[in-house]
Amino acid sequence: MAEILVLVDHVDGEVKKVTLELLTLARRLGEPAAVWVGPGYEGAKDKLAEYGAAKVYVAADEELTSYVVAPKAALLAQLVQSASPGAVLVSATGEGKEVAGRLAVKTGSGVLTDVVDVAEGFVGEHSIFGGAIIAHAKVTKGTPIIAVRPNAIAPEAAPAAPAEEQVSVTLSDADKAAKIVERVVQEKGERPDLTEAAIVVSGGRGVGSAENFKIIEDLADALGGAVGASRAATDAGWYPHQFQVGQTGKTVSPQLYIAVGISGAIQHRAGMQTSKTIVAINKDPEAPIFELVDYGVVGDLFQVAPQLTEEIKKRK
Amino acid sequence: MNIVVLVKQVPDTESPRKLKSEDSTLDRAAADGVINELDEYAIEEALRIKEAHGGEVTVLTMGPDKATDSIRKALAMGADKAVHLVDDALAGSDALQTSYAIQQVLGRTGFDLVVLGSESTDARTGLLAAMLAERLGVPQLSLANKVEINGTSITVQRQTDYGYDKVEATLPAVVSVVEKINEPRYPSFKGIMAAKKKPVETLGIADAGIDAGQVGLANAATAVVDFAEAPPRSKGEIVTDEGDGGIKIAEFLASKKFV
Repeated sequence: MAEILVLVDHVDGEVKKVTLELLTLARRLGEPAAVWVGPGYEGAKDKLAEYGAAKVYVAADEELTSYVVAPKAALLAQLVQSASPGAVLVSATGEGKEVAGRLAVKTGSGVLTDVVDVAEGFVGEHSIFGGAIIAHAKVTKGTPIIAVRPNAIAPEAAPAAPAEEQVSVTLSDADKAAKIVERVVQEKGERPDLTEAAIVVSGGRGVGSAENFKIIEDLADALGGAVGASRAATDAGWYPHQFQVGQTGKTVSPQLYIAVGISGAIQHRAGMQTSKTIVAINKDPEAPIFELVDYGVVGDLFQVAPQLTEEIKKRK
Repeated sequence: MNIVVLVKQVPDTESPRKLKSEDSTLDRAAADGVINELDEYAIEEALRIKEAHGGEVTVLTMGPDKATDSIRKALAMGADKAVHLVDDALAGSDALQTSYAIQQVLGRTGFDLVVLGSESTDARTGLLAAMLAERLGVPQLSLANKVEINGTSITVQRQTDYGYDKVEATLPAVVSVVEKINEPRYPSFKGIMAAKKKPVETLGIADAGIDAGQVGLANAATAVVDFAEAPPRSKGEIVTDEGDGGIKIAEFLASKKFV
Protein backbone atom coordinates (compact mmCIF):
# COMPACT_ATOMS: atom_id res chain seq x y z
CA MET A 1 0.00 0.00 0.00
CA ALA A 2 1.37 3.38 -0.93
CA GLU A 3 2.34 5.86 1.74
CA ILE A 4 0.13 8.89 2.26
CA LEU A 5 2.29 11.77 3.43
CA VAL A 6 0.68 13.97 6.09
CA LEU A 7 2.41 17.25 6.86
CA VAL A 8 2.06 17.72 10.61
CA ASP A 9 0.68 21.07 11.74
CA HIS A 10 2.10 22.04 15.08
CA VAL A 11 2.81 25.11 17.11
CA ASP A 12 5.98 24.66 19.18
CA GLY A 13 5.53 20.89 19.37
CA GLU A 14 1.82 20.90 20.09
CA VAL A 15 0.06 18.92 17.36
CA LYS A 16 -3.00 20.65 15.92
CA LYS A 17 -6.27 18.80 15.74
CA VAL A 18 -6.37 19.03 11.95
CA THR A 19 -3.33 16.74 11.79
CA LEU A 20 -5.27 14.03 13.63
CA GLU A 21 -8.05 14.50 11.09
CA LEU A 22 -5.56 14.14 8.23
CA LEU A 23 -4.10 10.97 9.76
CA THR A 24 -7.61 9.53 10.10
CA LEU A 25 -8.27 10.31 6.45
CA ALA A 26 -4.85 8.98 5.37
CA ARG A 27 -5.63 5.60 6.97
CA ARG A 28 -8.53 5.22 4.56
CA LEU A 29 -6.35 6.06 1.56
CA GLY A 30 -3.15 4.12 2.24
CA GLU A 31 -0.39 3.93 4.81
CA PRO A 32 -0.21 7.15 6.84
CA ALA A 33 3.29 8.63 7.02
CA ALA A 34 3.51 11.79 9.12
CA VAL A 35 6.09 14.41 8.18
CA TRP A 36 7.40 16.36 11.15
CA VAL A 37 9.27 19.60 10.52
CA GLY A 38 11.16 21.48 13.23
CA PRO A 39 12.00 20.92 16.89
CA GLY A 40 9.69 19.30 19.45
CA TYR A 41 8.97 15.88 17.97
CA GLU A 42 9.65 13.98 21.20
CA GLY A 43 6.72 15.67 22.92
CA ALA A 44 4.37 14.95 20.03
CA LYS A 45 5.27 11.41 19.01
CA ASP A 46 2.68 9.73 21.23
CA LYS A 47 -0.10 11.76 19.66
CA LEU A 48 0.93 10.81 16.12
CA ALA A 49 1.17 7.15 17.14
CA GLU A 50 -2.25 7.28 18.82
CA TYR A 51 -3.84 8.43 15.56
CA GLY A 52 -2.28 5.71 13.47
CA ALA A 53 0.87 7.08 11.85
CA ALA A 54 2.61 3.98 10.46
CA LYS A 55 5.75 5.99 9.89
CA VAL A 56 7.09 9.38 10.86
CA TYR A 57 9.65 11.29 8.86
CA VAL A 58 11.38 13.58 11.33
CA ALA A 59 13.18 16.64 10.00
CA ALA A 60 14.19 18.22 13.29
CA ASP A 61 16.50 20.93 11.95
CA GLU A 62 15.34 24.24 13.36
CA GLU A 63 16.51 26.00 10.21
CA LEU A 64 13.56 24.46 8.34
CA THR A 65 11.14 26.58 10.36
CA SER A 66 13.17 29.78 10.08
CA TYR A 67 11.91 30.70 6.60
CA VAL A 68 8.46 31.17 5.12
CA VAL A 69 6.98 27.89 3.82
CA ALA A 70 9.62 27.05 1.18
CA PRO A 71 11.72 24.61 3.31
CA LYS A 72 8.64 22.49 4.05
CA ALA A 73 7.87 22.26 0.35
CA ALA A 74 11.52 21.37 -0.38
CA LEU A 75 11.42 18.56 2.18
CA LEU A 76 8.11 17.21 0.88
CA ALA A 77 9.38 17.34 -2.71
CA GLN A 78 12.34 15.22 -1.66
CA LEU A 79 10.05 12.71 0.07
CA VAL A 80 7.76 12.58 -2.96
CA GLN A 81 10.84 11.59 -4.95
CA SER A 82 12.15 9.00 -2.52
CA ALA A 83 8.93 7.46 -1.16
CA SER A 84 6.62 7.77 -4.18
CA PRO A 85 3.58 8.38 -1.98
CA GLY A 86 0.02 7.92 -3.23
CA ALA A 87 -0.83 11.46 -2.15
CA VAL A 88 0.31 14.32 0.07
CA LEU A 89 -2.17 15.73 2.58
CA VAL A 90 -1.82 19.17 4.14
CA SER A 91 -4.26 21.27 6.13
CA ALA A 92 -6.22 23.83 4.13
CA THR A 93 -4.92 26.71 6.20
CA GLY A 94 -3.16 29.73 4.71
CA GLU A 95 0.24 28.16 5.26
CA GLY A 96 -0.82 24.61 4.37
CA LYS A 97 -2.12 25.77 1.00
CA GLU A 98 1.08 27.69 0.34
CA VAL A 99 3.17 24.59 1.03
CA ALA A 100 0.87 22.75 -1.39
CA GLY A 101 1.34 25.45 -4.02
CA ARG A 102 5.13 25.35 -3.92
CA LEU A 103 5.18 21.55 -3.83
CA ALA A 104 2.91 21.47 -6.87
CA VAL A 105 5.33 23.62 -8.86
CA LYS A 106 8.33 21.56 -7.71
CA THR A 107 6.73 18.24 -8.63
CA GLY A 108 4.51 19.29 -11.56
CA SER A 109 1.49 18.01 -9.67
CA GLY A 110 -2.09 19.17 -9.38
CA VAL A 111 -3.48 20.53 -6.12
CA LEU A 112 -6.95 20.20 -4.69
CA THR A 113 -7.67 22.87 -2.08
CA ASP A 114 -10.23 23.11 0.70
CA VAL A 115 -11.36 19.54 0.29
CA VAL A 116 -13.96 18.27 2.79
CA ASP A 117 -13.56 14.57 1.99
CA VAL A 118 -11.51 12.26 -0.21
CA ALA A 119 -12.87 9.13 -1.89
CA GLU A 120 -11.16 6.24 -3.62
CA GLY A 121 -8.91 7.26 -6.49
CA PHE A 122 -8.11 10.45 -4.56
CA VAL A 123 -11.27 12.17 -5.71
CA GLY A 124 -11.73 15.22 -3.51
CA GLU A 125 -15.06 16.65 -2.47
CA HIS A 126 -15.34 20.43 -2.42
CA SER A 127 -18.03 22.69 -1.11
CA ILE A 128 -17.81 25.76 -3.34
CA PHE A 129 -19.46 29.14 -3.87
CA GLY A 130 -20.29 29.44 -0.22
CA GLY A 131 -21.63 25.91 0.02
CA ALA A 132 -24.06 26.27 -2.88
CA ILE A 133 -22.38 23.59 -4.99
CA ILE A 134 -20.73 20.28 -4.13
CA ALA A 135 -18.03 19.43 -6.68
CA HIS A 136 -15.75 16.43 -7.00
CA ALA A 137 -12.33 16.86 -8.53
CA LYS A 138 -9.17 14.86 -9.04
CA VAL A 139 -5.54 15.42 -9.84
CA THR A 140 -4.59 14.30 -13.33
CA LYS A 141 -0.85 15.00 -13.27
CA GLY A 142 1.85 14.09 -10.80
CA THR A 143 1.24 13.14 -7.17
CA PRO A 144 -2.12 14.32 -5.80
CA ILE A 145 -1.58 17.17 -3.33
CA ILE A 146 -4.68 17.65 -1.25
CA ALA A 147 -5.38 20.46 1.21
CA VAL A 148 -8.12 19.36 3.59
CA ARG A 149 -10.39 21.79 5.43
CA PRO A 150 -10.00 21.63 9.22
CA ASN A 151 -12.96 20.07 11.04
CA ALA A 152 -14.19 18.29 7.91
CA ILE A 153 -13.10 14.80 9.00
CA ALA A 154 -13.89 13.36 12.45
CA PRO A 155 -10.58 12.30 14.03
CA GLU A 156 -10.51 8.70 15.26
CA ALA A 157 -7.70 7.16 17.31
CA ALA A 158 -6.12 3.92 16.00
CA PRO A 159 -2.95 3.31 17.98
CA ALA A 160 0.12 2.31 16.00
CA ALA A 161 3.84 2.00 16.62
CA PRO A 162 5.33 4.22 13.94
CA ALA A 163 8.73 3.61 12.44
CA GLU A 164 10.82 6.77 12.72
CA GLU A 165 13.11 7.97 10.00
CA GLN A 166 15.33 11.00 10.46
CA VAL A 167 15.43 13.07 7.28
CA SER A 168 17.12 16.28 6.20
CA VAL A 169 17.05 18.49 3.17
CA THR A 170 19.55 20.95 1.77
CA LEU A 171 17.94 24.32 1.31
CA SER A 172 18.61 26.43 -1.77
CA ASP A 173 19.14 30.19 -1.56
CA ALA A 174 15.61 30.66 -2.89
CA ASP A 175 14.24 28.50 -0.07
CA LYS A 176 15.93 30.87 2.38
CA ALA A 177 14.81 34.09 0.71
CA ALA A 178 12.08 35.05 3.22
CA LYS A 179 13.48 34.88 6.74
CA ILE A 180 11.25 34.81 9.80
CA VAL A 181 13.01 37.10 12.26
CA GLU A 182 10.36 37.19 14.96
CA ARG A 183 7.22 35.27 15.93
CA VAL A 184 4.67 37.39 17.70
CA VAL A 185 2.06 35.48 19.69
CA GLN A 186 -0.94 37.64 20.37
CA GLU A 187 -2.95 36.95 23.47
CA LYS A 188 -5.94 34.78 22.71
CA GLY A 189 -6.50 33.39 26.18
CA GLU A 190 -7.75 29.86 26.63
CA ARG A 191 -10.08 29.77 23.66
CA PRO A 192 -9.58 27.20 20.89
CA ASP A 193 -8.42 28.29 17.44
CA LEU A 194 -11.28 29.57 15.33
CA THR A 195 -10.79 27.17 12.41
CA GLU A 196 -10.29 24.13 14.67
CA ALA A 197 -12.95 24.80 17.29
CA ALA A 198 -15.84 22.34 17.67
CA ILE A 199 -18.06 25.25 18.71
CA VAL A 200 -17.96 28.78 17.32
CA VAL A 201 -20.02 31.72 18.58
CA SER A 202 -19.98 34.72 16.23
CA GLY A 203 -21.25 38.25 16.66
CA GLY A 204 -22.34 40.66 13.95
CA ARG A 205 -23.73 44.09 13.33
CA GLY A 206 -26.43 43.60 15.94
CA VAL A 207 -23.82 43.42 18.70
CA GLY A 208 -23.36 47.14 18.27
CA SER A 209 -20.00 47.85 19.89
CA ALA A 210 -16.63 46.44 20.90
CA GLU A 211 -17.68 46.43 24.56
CA ASN A 212 -20.77 44.39 23.75
CA PHE A 213 -18.61 41.63 22.28
CA LYS A 214 -18.18 40.55 25.89
CA ILE A 215 -21.65 38.97 25.51
CA ILE A 216 -20.33 36.86 22.63
CA GLU A 217 -17.16 35.97 24.51
CA ASP A 218 -19.10 34.97 27.62
CA LEU A 219 -21.34 32.66 25.61
CA ALA A 220 -18.34 31.15 23.77
CA ASP A 221 -16.53 30.61 27.07
CA ALA A 222 -19.55 28.94 28.66
CA LEU A 223 -19.54 26.49 25.73
CA GLY A 224 -15.76 26.15 25.52
CA GLY A 225 -15.91 27.54 22.00
CA ALA A 226 -14.10 30.07 19.84
CA VAL A 227 -15.28 33.60 19.06
CA GLY A 228 -15.90 34.73 15.50
CA ALA A 229 -17.24 37.91 13.97
CA SER A 230 -19.01 38.94 10.82
CA ARG A 231 -17.42 41.37 8.44
CA ALA A 232 -19.74 44.14 9.59
CA ALA A 233 -18.32 43.73 13.08
CA THR A 234 -14.66 43.57 12.04
CA ASP A 235 -15.09 46.46 9.59
CA ALA A 236 -16.52 48.53 12.42
CA GLY A 237 -13.45 47.70 14.49
CA TRP A 238 -15.44 45.91 17.20
CA TYR A 239 -13.40 42.74 16.93
CA PRO A 240 -9.99 41.99 15.38
CA HIS A 241 -9.97 41.14 11.71
CA GLN A 242 -8.32 37.72 12.13
CA PHE A 243 -11.54 36.50 13.73
CA GLN A 244 -13.68 37.34 10.73
CA VAL A 245 -15.75 34.43 9.44
CA GLY A 246 -16.71 34.74 5.80
CA GLN A 247 -15.66 34.84 2.22
CA THR A 248 -12.77 37.22 2.78
CA GLY A 249 -11.98 35.82 6.22
CA LYS A 250 -11.87 32.37 7.78
CA THR A 251 -13.91 29.39 6.67
CA VAL A 252 -15.14 27.37 9.64
CA SER A 253 -16.92 24.07 9.79
CA PRO A 254 -17.61 23.40 13.49
CA GLN A 255 -20.05 20.97 15.06
CA LEU A 256 -22.03 23.93 16.38
CA TYR A 257 -22.15 27.49 15.03
CA ILE A 258 -24.11 30.15 16.88
CA ALA A 259 -24.71 33.38 14.94
CA VAL A 260 -25.64 36.28 17.19
CA GLY A 261 -26.89 39.49 15.60
CA ILE A 262 -25.72 38.35 12.17
CA SER A 263 -28.11 38.78 9.25
CA GLY A 264 -26.41 36.09 7.17
CA ALA A 265 -25.34 37.86 3.99
CA ILE A 266 -23.81 35.57 1.37
CA GLN A 267 -20.35 36.90 2.26
CA HIS A 268 -20.79 35.50 5.79
CA ARG A 269 -22.55 32.31 4.78
CA ALA A 270 -19.62 31.41 2.54
CA GLY A 271 -17.54 31.05 5.68
CA MET A 272 -19.84 28.97 7.87
CA GLN A 273 -22.43 27.21 5.74
CA THR A 274 -20.90 23.75 6.19
CA SER A 275 -21.21 23.91 10.00
CA LYS A 276 -22.99 20.79 11.25
CA THR A 277 -25.53 22.47 13.53
CA ILE A 278 -26.44 26.15 13.18
CA VAL A 279 -28.25 28.30 15.73
CA ALA A 280 -29.10 31.99 15.29
CA ILE A 281 -30.36 34.82 17.44
CA ASN A 282 -31.59 37.84 15.49
CA LYS A 283 -34.27 40.45 15.99
CA ASP A 284 -35.25 40.44 12.31
CA PRO A 285 -37.47 37.46 11.45
CA GLU A 286 -36.62 38.01 7.75
CA ALA A 287 -32.86 37.70 8.28
CA PRO A 288 -31.43 35.24 5.72
CA ILE A 289 -29.46 33.46 8.46
CA PHE A 290 -32.75 31.83 9.51
CA GLU A 291 -32.81 29.93 6.19
CA LEU A 292 -29.79 27.98 7.41
CA VAL A 293 -30.57 27.34 11.03
CA ASP A 294 -31.45 24.18 12.86
CA TYR A 295 -32.77 26.37 15.64
CA GLY A 296 -33.45 30.08 15.61
CA VAL A 297 -34.77 32.64 18.04
CA VAL A 298 -36.25 35.89 16.83
CA GLY A 299 -35.50 38.28 19.63
CA ASP A 300 -33.22 40.80 21.28
CA LEU A 301 -29.74 39.34 21.52
CA PHE A 302 -29.05 41.42 24.65
CA GLN A 303 -31.79 39.45 26.41
CA VAL A 304 -31.46 36.05 24.75
CA ALA A 305 -27.68 35.57 24.65
CA PRO A 306 -26.95 36.35 28.33
CA GLN A 307 -29.89 34.18 29.36
CA LEU A 308 -28.47 31.35 27.24
CA THR A 309 -25.04 31.80 28.84
CA GLU A 310 -26.57 31.64 32.34
CA GLU A 311 -28.65 28.61 31.48
CA ILE A 312 -25.61 26.73 30.10
CA LYS A 313 -23.65 27.50 33.27
CA LYS A 314 -26.57 26.24 35.37
CA ARG A 315 -26.68 22.97 33.50
CA LYS A 316 -22.98 22.24 33.91
CA MET B 1 10.33 50.84 -8.42
CA ASN B 2 8.61 48.58 -10.93
CA ILE B 3 5.49 47.35 -9.12
CA VAL B 4 3.18 44.85 -10.80
CA VAL B 5 -0.18 44.28 -9.18
CA LEU B 6 -2.17 41.20 -10.15
CA VAL B 7 -5.88 41.81 -10.61
CA LYS B 8 -8.49 39.15 -11.23
CA GLN B 9 -12.05 39.64 -12.32
CA VAL B 10 -14.42 37.36 -10.42
CA PRO B 11 -18.17 36.75 -10.44
CA ASP B 12 -19.98 39.03 -8.03
CA THR B 13 -20.73 37.12 -4.85
CA GLU B 14 -24.20 38.68 -4.83
CA SER B 15 -25.10 37.27 -8.24
CA PRO B 16 -25.77 33.60 -9.05
CA ARG B 17 -22.48 31.74 -9.39
CA LYS B 18 -22.66 28.60 -11.53
CA LEU B 19 -20.50 26.06 -13.24
CA LYS B 20 -21.17 25.21 -16.88
CA SER B 21 -22.51 21.70 -17.36
CA GLU B 22 -20.46 20.99 -20.50
CA ASP B 23 -16.98 21.54 -19.07
CA SER B 24 -17.46 22.30 -15.36
CA THR B 25 -15.79 25.71 -15.68
CA LEU B 26 -17.13 28.92 -14.24
CA ASP B 27 -20.12 30.31 -16.09
CA ARG B 28 -18.84 33.85 -16.49
CA ALA B 29 -21.92 34.90 -18.44
CA ALA B 30 -24.25 34.00 -15.56
CA ALA B 31 -22.79 36.47 -13.13
CA ASP B 32 -21.69 40.09 -13.10
CA GLY B 33 -17.92 40.45 -13.16
CA VAL B 34 -16.29 42.54 -10.46
CA ILE B 35 -12.75 43.13 -9.32
CA ASN B 36 -11.70 40.51 -6.77
CA GLU B 37 -12.18 42.22 -3.45
CA LEU B 38 -8.82 41.29 -1.96
CA ASP B 39 -7.12 42.67 -5.07
CA GLU B 40 -8.37 46.14 -4.15
CA TYR B 41 -6.16 45.95 -1.07
CA ALA B 42 -3.28 44.85 -3.29
CA ILE B 43 -3.83 47.81 -5.64
CA GLU B 44 -4.01 50.21 -2.70
CA GLU B 45 -0.82 48.80 -1.18
CA ALA B 46 0.96 49.05 -4.54
CA LEU B 47 -0.13 52.68 -4.89
CA ARG B 48 1.04 53.53 -1.38
CA ILE B 49 4.43 51.95 -2.02
CA LYS B 50 4.73 53.94 -5.24
CA GLU B 51 3.71 57.14 -3.48
CA ALA B 52 6.36 56.57 -0.79
CA HIS B 53 9.19 55.25 -2.94
CA GLY B 54 8.47 56.37 -6.50
CA GLY B 55 8.14 54.17 -9.56
CA GLU B 56 5.31 52.82 -11.60
CA VAL B 57 2.36 50.53 -10.94
CA THR B 58 1.38 48.10 -13.70
CA VAL B 59 -1.87 46.14 -13.52
CA LEU B 60 -1.58 42.58 -14.80
CA THR B 61 -4.79 40.70 -15.52
CA MET B 62 -5.33 37.30 -17.06
CA GLY B 63 -8.91 36.79 -18.14
CA PRO B 64 -11.51 37.21 -20.87
CA ASP B 65 -12.27 40.42 -22.76
CA LYS B 66 -14.75 41.67 -20.24
CA ALA B 67 -12.07 41.74 -17.54
CA THR B 68 -11.27 45.15 -19.07
CA ASP B 69 -13.82 46.62 -16.63
CA SER B 70 -11.69 45.54 -13.69
CA ILE B 71 -8.54 46.82 -15.35
CA ARG B 72 -10.14 50.23 -15.84
CA LYS B 73 -11.14 50.36 -12.22
CA ALA B 74 -7.58 49.61 -11.10
CA LEU B 75 -6.31 52.33 -13.43
CA ALA B 76 -8.93 54.73 -12.09
CA MET B 77 -7.66 54.07 -8.57
CA GLY B 78 -4.27 55.30 -9.77
CA ALA B 79 -2.29 52.52 -11.45
CA ASP B 80 -0.22 53.80 -14.38
CA LYS B 81 -0.74 51.18 -17.04
CA ALA B 82 -1.99 47.67 -17.62
CA VAL B 83 -1.18 44.42 -19.34
CA HIS B 84 -4.13 42.20 -20.23
CA LEU B 85 -3.33 38.59 -21.01
CA VAL B 86 -6.32 37.33 -22.95
CA ASP B 87 -6.50 34.22 -25.08
CA ASP B 88 -9.11 31.49 -25.57
CA ALA B 89 -6.33 28.96 -25.08
CA LEU B 90 -6.10 30.03 -21.42
CA ALA B 91 -9.72 29.17 -20.60
CA GLY B 92 -10.06 26.57 -17.86
CA SER B 93 -6.46 26.89 -16.66
CA ASP B 94 -5.92 25.78 -13.06
CA ALA B 95 -3.68 27.46 -10.49
CA LEU B 96 -0.54 25.65 -11.62
CA GLN B 97 -1.06 26.79 -15.21
CA THR B 98 -2.11 30.29 -14.25
CA SER B 99 1.09 30.73 -12.26
CA TYR B 100 3.08 29.60 -15.29
CA ALA B 101 1.29 32.02 -17.61
CA ILE B 102 1.76 34.94 -15.23
CA GLN B 103 5.42 34.06 -14.76
CA GLN B 104 5.86 34.33 -18.52
CA VAL B 105 4.24 37.77 -18.63
CA LEU B 106 6.32 38.94 -15.67
CA GLY B 107 9.37 37.91 -17.67
CA ARG B 108 8.31 40.56 -20.18
CA THR B 109 7.30 43.34 -17.81
CA GLY B 110 10.08 42.78 -15.28
CA PHE B 111 9.34 43.63 -11.64
CA ASP B 112 10.80 44.70 -8.35
CA LEU B 113 7.63 43.83 -6.52
CA VAL B 114 4.61 41.71 -7.43
CA VAL B 115 1.59 42.45 -5.23
CA LEU B 116 -1.59 40.37 -5.16
CA GLY B 117 -4.57 39.58 -2.96
CA SER B 118 -4.13 36.50 -0.78
CA GLU B 119 -6.93 34.66 -2.58
CA SER B 120 -9.81 35.19 -5.01
CA THR B 121 -13.40 35.08 -3.89
CA ASP B 122 -14.38 32.56 -6.58
CA ALA B 123 -11.86 29.70 -6.55
CA ARG B 124 -10.41 30.63 -3.14
CA THR B 125 -7.37 28.42 -3.58
CA GLY B 126 -4.87 30.86 -2.07
CA LEU B 127 -2.14 29.19 -4.12
CA LEU B 128 -0.93 31.83 -6.54
CA ALA B 129 1.52 33.83 -4.41
CA ALA B 130 3.35 30.69 -3.28
CA MET B 131 3.41 29.21 -6.77
CA LEU B 132 4.71 32.43 -8.30
CA ALA B 133 7.44 32.87 -5.68
CA GLU B 134 8.51 29.28 -6.27
CA ARG B 135 8.58 29.71 -10.04
CA LEU B 136 10.35 33.07 -9.93
CA GLY B 137 12.82 32.05 -7.22
CA VAL B 138 12.11 35.22 -5.23
CA PRO B 139 11.01 35.71 -1.59
CA GLN B 140 7.44 34.73 -0.76
CA LEU B 141 6.07 37.46 1.50
CA SER B 142 2.53 36.22 1.71
CA LEU B 143 -0.49 36.86 3.94
CA ALA B 144 0.96 40.27 4.76
CA ASN B 145 -0.96 42.68 6.95
CA LYS B 146 1.87 45.23 6.97
CA VAL B 147 4.59 46.02 4.44
CA GLU B 148 7.66 48.21 4.99
CA ILE B 149 10.29 48.94 2.37
CA ASN B 150 13.66 50.51 2.98
CA GLY B 151 15.89 50.66 -0.10
CA THR B 152 15.98 47.07 -1.32
CA SER B 153 15.02 45.63 2.08
CA ILE B 154 11.44 44.63 2.64
CA THR B 155 9.80 43.59 5.88
CA VAL B 156 6.28 42.27 6.25
CA GLN B 157 4.04 41.07 9.03
CA ARG B 158 2.76 37.68 7.98
CA GLN B 159 -0.64 36.97 9.54
CA THR B 160 -0.79 33.65 11.41
CA ASP B 161 -3.31 31.91 13.66
CA TYR B 162 -1.33 32.89 16.73
CA GLY B 163 -0.58 36.47 15.73
CA TYR B 164 2.04 37.26 13.14
CA ASP B 165 5.54 36.47 11.94
CA LYS B 166 7.90 39.29 11.12
CA VAL B 167 9.56 38.37 7.83
CA GLU B 168 12.57 40.02 6.16
CA ALA B 169 13.75 39.75 2.59
CA THR B 170 15.45 41.59 -0.24
CA LEU B 171 13.70 42.81 -3.40
CA PRO B 172 12.56 41.62 -5.88
CA ALA B 173 9.74 39.80 -4.10
CA VAL B 174 6.16 38.56 -4.28
CA VAL B 175 3.81 40.03 -1.67
CA SER B 176 0.27 38.81 -1.04
CA VAL B 177 -1.93 40.95 1.17
CA VAL B 178 -4.83 40.16 3.46
CA GLU B 179 -7.95 42.19 4.00
CA LYS B 180 -7.58 45.21 6.24
CA ILE B 181 -3.94 45.86 5.45
CA ASN B 182 -5.21 49.26 4.33
CA GLU B 183 -8.36 51.08 3.31
CA PRO B 184 -8.65 50.95 -0.50
CA ARG B 185 -9.37 54.34 -2.04
CA TYR B 186 -12.37 55.02 -4.24
CA PRO B 187 -11.57 56.14 -7.76
CA SER B 188 -12.05 59.91 -8.07
CA PHE B 189 -13.87 61.44 -11.02
CA LYS B 190 -10.51 62.72 -12.23
CA GLY B 191 -9.08 59.23 -11.83
CA ILE B 192 -11.89 57.68 -13.83
CA MET B 193 -11.39 60.18 -16.66
CA ALA B 194 -7.61 59.73 -16.63
CA ALA B 195 -7.96 55.93 -16.69
CA LYS B 196 -9.53 56.10 -20.14
CA LYS B 197 -6.28 57.41 -21.57
CA LYS B 198 -3.90 55.09 -19.75
CA PRO B 199 -2.19 52.44 -21.86
CA VAL B 200 -3.53 48.88 -21.77
CA GLU B 201 -1.40 46.37 -23.63
CA THR B 202 -3.27 43.29 -24.77
CA LEU B 203 -1.25 40.10 -25.10
CA GLY B 204 -2.11 36.68 -26.49
CA ILE B 205 -0.23 33.61 -25.38
CA ALA B 206 2.16 33.74 -28.33
CA ASP B 207 3.08 37.36 -27.50
CA ALA B 208 3.92 36.33 -23.94
CA GLY B 209 5.89 33.24 -24.93
CA ILE B 210 3.37 30.92 -23.32
CA ASP B 211 3.38 27.34 -24.52
CA ALA B 212 -0.16 26.40 -25.57
CA GLY B 213 0.48 22.85 -24.43
CA GLN B 214 0.89 24.03 -20.84
CA VAL B 215 -2.33 25.99 -20.40
CA GLY B 216 -6.06 25.52 -20.76
CA LEU B 217 -8.60 23.03 -19.53
CA ALA B 218 -7.33 20.10 -21.60
CA ASN B 219 -3.83 20.38 -20.14
CA ALA B 220 -4.78 21.13 -16.53
CA ALA B 221 -3.28 19.10 -13.68
CA THR B 222 -6.69 18.89 -12.02
CA ALA B 223 -10.12 17.98 -13.39
CA VAL B 224 -13.64 18.34 -12.09
CA VAL B 225 -15.28 14.90 -12.01
CA ASP B 226 -18.82 16.06 -11.35
CA PHE B 227 -20.79 18.71 -9.49
CA ALA B 228 -24.30 19.29 -8.22
CA GLU B 229 -26.20 21.83 -6.21
CA ALA B 230 -25.79 21.18 -2.54
CA PRO B 231 -28.93 19.69 -0.99
CA PRO B 232 -30.79 22.43 0.90
CA ARG B 233 -30.50 22.30 4.67
CA SER B 234 -33.62 20.91 6.24
CA LYS B 235 -35.81 23.64 7.65
CA GLY B 236 -35.10 24.29 11.28
CA GLU B 237 -37.33 25.43 14.09
CA ILE B 238 -37.66 29.17 14.54
CA VAL B 239 -39.35 30.62 17.60
CA THR B 240 -40.03 34.17 18.74
CA ASP B 241 -38.55 35.12 22.07
CA GLU B 242 -41.14 35.41 24.80
CA GLY B 243 -38.71 35.99 27.61
CA ASP B 244 -37.36 32.44 27.56
CA GLY B 245 -35.50 32.38 24.21
CA GLY B 246 -32.14 31.70 25.86
CA ILE B 247 -33.54 28.82 27.87
CA LYS B 248 -35.13 27.35 24.75
CA ILE B 249 -31.81 27.43 22.90
CA ALA B 250 -30.15 25.77 25.90
CA GLU B 251 -32.79 23.02 25.73
CA PHE B 252 -32.12 22.58 22.03
CA LEU B 253 -28.36 22.41 22.66
CA ALA B 254 -28.93 19.88 25.44
CA SER B 255 -31.01 17.74 23.08
CA LYS B 256 -28.01 17.73 20.71
CA LYS B 257 -25.63 16.95 23.59
CA PHE B 258 -23.72 20.23 23.28
CA VAL B 259 -24.42 21.05 26.91
